[in-house]
Amino acid sequence: MPTTVTEPLEPSFALAERLAGLTSVSACYQCKKCSAGCPLTFAMDFHPDQVIRLALLGQETQVLGCRTIWVCSSCETCTTRCPNHIDIAGVMDWLKEAAIKSGQASPQPQVTCFHQSFLDTVRLAGGRLSEPLLLGLYQWRRGGTLEKFKSGALMADLRMAWELARRRRLVPRLPQRLQGVEEIKAMFKKSHPSETQEKP
Amino acid sequence: MNVSYYPGCSLEGTAIDYAASIGSIASLLDLTLTELEDWNCCGATAAHSINHDLSLALPARNLGLAAAAGRDVVVPCALCFNRLKVAEKALKGPQGTELGIDYPGGIKIWDLLDYLTQDAYLKELGPKVVRPLAGLKAVGYYGCMVARPPAVTDKKDAENPQNLERLLTVLGAEPLDWSFQTDCCGAGLAVARPDIIDTLVQRLYERALRTGADCLVVSCQMCQANLDMPQKRISEKFGRDYYLPVFYFTELMGLALGHPDVKQWLAGHLVDPVPLLEKIGVGF
Repeated sequence: MPTTVTEPLEPSFALAERLAGLTSVSACYQCKKCSAGCPLTFAMDFHPDQVIRLALLGQETQVLGCRTIWVCSSCETCTTRCPNHIDIAGVMDWLKEAAIKSGQASPQPQVTCFHQSFLDTVRLAGGRLSEPLLLGLYQWRRGGTLEKFKSGALMADLRMAWELARRRRLVPRLPQRLQGVEEIKAMFKKSHPSETQEKP
Repeated sequence: MNVSYYPGCSLEGTAIDYAASIGSIASLLDLTLTELEDWNCCGATAAHSINHDLSLALPARNLGLAAAAGRDVVVPCALCFNRLKVAEKALKGPQGTELGIDYPGGIKIWDLLDYLTQDAYLKELGPKVVRPLAGLKAVGYYGCMVARPPAVTDKKDAENPQNLERLLTVLGAEPLDWSFQTDCCGAGLAVARPDIIDTLVQRLYERALRTGADCLVVSCQMCQANLDMPQKRISEKFGRDYYLPVFYFTELMGLALGHPDVKQWLAGHLVDPVPLLEKIGVGF
């Protein structure tokens, strides 16, 4: 993903119009206050102000495929400080969901997989999160266990799990089954992204 | 006082030590925390990141339960608090009825730290302190989600909250002024991108040490996990031997008020705070 745009842009307002229900990206006057306060810029390919600009110009492929939307930690500093009240962190979320719906491969598959595993865990556990189940499901889906073993990362993870387990902070048991489990199931069914409905 | 209590999933798991300290503090302050019956996960970062519908529906159900209980609801987890506030705004908004939840309002959603640092509680706390935390140089570290964005959280001091500092002063500790009390720790990226946590948290360690702090005090279990769990890893990675215990504010309340279970709560930490407490002469 290039961090500068070399080709002349073909502006399109279709994306800004779709975003209009959430926030008005066209209110941006590029003061870059969002990027100045963002703690995650070191891990991003586009800075937040660039994402807003590209969204405004309708550069859908670029914003849906960028790393920025996935490494954003949703700390909401940008949204809090924007002088034009643009919900920048909300745009990041919107783009993540749109990126999944578009079916394109995530440039941060581990982050995408974590979010999907989290929601699947809540669904499978009947409404509350089971942390051990989430960690297991995530590791299993992410794969690469052999590489992790070779690099020592797997041992480090297991050591951490042991440290937590012996403090009774990681107990392999499912959360209480809710009376409202059918309501929860219905919510998952009604919500759109096909990814979370997939059988793990 | 009797309020509803929404613990959130991690307080049943990795933050079980936080949960224990909260329960004990409440009993010392004659506060009855009645757990919301049948509460569900708020959806957390995962839902608001990739499933907008769920990110409203899940917390909205909890608000329905809270409204039926008819009492203010107190939330110890910063993100749960934030998601409940988002759902509250959505339920009161033009599309609120689409969520299919009966929410007449009339109850207030509280962040636990805000609740326990109301003037009345701070006044009540003062005379109850039996073990002042003299010599404990601490920096307060607030969870992002408790304050931001203020349009959601209704906080007036999102950029410079001070209630943790006020509380620490009442407990006899020495809160230090620093500019990073609301900087992000990396939050939910801990599992998928631990390298990002390392970078962000190492900066915080350096800034805390430069400020002269011996420890960090938090009100969010995600912050506690990210500052406490990887401290050894970060020390190895950056070639510095960091020692900065990370207390929940409720643990320090328990310590100052002489609660007998403090030792048990602190044993849940990966960075053992006991050597620091011994050094400054706060025994328990």
